[in-house]
Amino acid sequence: MLTEFGKIFVFLLVAVIFVIALVIVAWLIRPSRPTKEKLMTYECGENPEGSPWVKFNIRFYVVALIFLIFDVEVVLLIPWALVYRQFGLGGFMVGAIFLIMLGLGMAYEWRKGDLEWERAKIIPPVIKRPVFSSKETREAEPVKSKQLV
Amino acid sequence: MSLLQLIGITAVKILIIFTMMMLTVSYLVYFERKISAWAQNRLGPNRVGWYGLLQPFADVFKLALKEDIVPTNANKPIHTLAPVIALFVAFTTYAVIPFGPDISLFGITIPLVVADVNIGILYVLALSSLGVYAITLAGWSSGSKYSLLGGIRSSAQMISYEVSMGFSVAGVLLFAGSLRPAAIVLSQHGWMWNALLQPIGFITFVVSAFAETNRLPFDLPEAEPELVGGFHTEYSSMKFAGFFLAEYANMIIASALIVTLYLGGWQVPYIESIGLPAGLVIAIQIISFFAKIAFLLFFFIWVRWSIPRFRYDQLMSLGWKVMFPLSLINIVWVAGLIMIFRL
Repeated sequence: MLTEFGKIFVFLLVAVIFVIALVIVAWLIRPSRPTKEKLMTYECGENPEGSPWVKFNIRFYVVALIFLIFDVEVVLLIPWALVYRQFGLGGFMVGAIFLIMLGLGMAYEWRKGDLEWERAKIIPPVIKRPVFSSKETREAEPVKSKQLV
Repeated sequence: MSLLQLIGITAVKILIIFTMMMLTVSYLVYFERKISAWAQNRLGPNRVGWYGLLQPFADVFKLALKEDIVPTNANKPIHTLAPVIALFVAFTTYAVIPFGPDISLFGITIPLVVADVNIGILYVLALSSLGVYAITLAGWSSGSKYSLLGGIRSSAQMISYEVSMGFSVAGVLLFAGSLRPAAIVLSQHGWMWNALLQPIGFITFVVSAFAETNRLPFDLPEAEPELVGGFHTEYSSMKFAGFFLAEYANMIIASALIVTLYLGGWQVPYIESIGLPAGLVIAIQIISFFAKIAFLLFFFIWVRWSIPRFRYDQLMSLGWKVMFPLSLINIVWVAGLIMIFRL
């Protein structure tokens, strides 16, 4: 018997065959006349400079971590949502406790500045006895502890 | 019903859906160009065929006949794999969206959905999050700085909005009590549309859908003025067409999902109680489903030509500081509604 998941499998198979056929047909009919200049990486007409895998902002990594935490919580919330009607007030209380904890975690991250795309300015530590006797270092204003948050 | 009949019906349904997807995608590109032309007081495509109606086919043939350029810097297998993943994900999600009620033809009951699985919504969420891989791999494997930055931006954007999307869907599931798309549609009988009962969830879902499909105002992964073409800078020929088609197919899926989850699916309020013949009622219901999708697609294009692009930090703070708390509030709101009114 063809189950519902069997139908999905057939659908996936058709999609895979269709997409691969598209790629192969295009490969058969298109011309191929590569030259050195043509195969160069596009960089606005200039010769490519340095490695293409450049350093990128560490904030992307933090976003991925936050996503991981909250996406797991979505997974935990969906079963609760499905059986919610069967449990009445008890179900509501359980969900409320879970959501309050989620909200607290959210508030913590917000307070720590992890949701900020532009991180607060990096504040240099206060140097009591200047190592370098340059004019700028001595005249730097003392930093208040509140700004460090 | 015998196995042969079952296979035949499934094959016909899959064929219909694929043909419809391909046609809708190509004509969506045409309509996008036409509507943008109207928005900017231009004419738009009007040379190929009557009112330019054959333009999509001309475009596809043109792209297929173009030379495929893979830069020497690129990682070739992954460079080829990325558009394949994008197209595959875009097509397969449609398997679980119901586009009409059960119909009986020659004594056989046929549900108007390819596969009526009991975890349909999970299937959609799982597959649509696979789309991130296509863009990230494309960006990484191209060996270009623009592509890399576009791919990374895009993955961060998509995962950020996926969270609020997931929480908005949880609100719908609270109401329906089922992951089966057909049951979710039936739970919105009459005027009990989720869009009216949980407007906050509706808004967060629509905004997240815009971000997930990389449409303007959230099209930062492409962002022509700053990143050239973003993740598809180094793509040409049919591979580029793959990304292009996938973007439009994703728009159709996003619209179909919004209609199924929030706008009552194929249901028209109180149509059964008027007393029309059964066949006509079913026809109206199927047409209403496609009309709702068509309206949402128009809305997608309309927004694109009306609202300027966000800045990246604005995008991220909108996702995490506005949409995410709102979707949490939505869950509490829905749970409270069910609690108080015993809906």
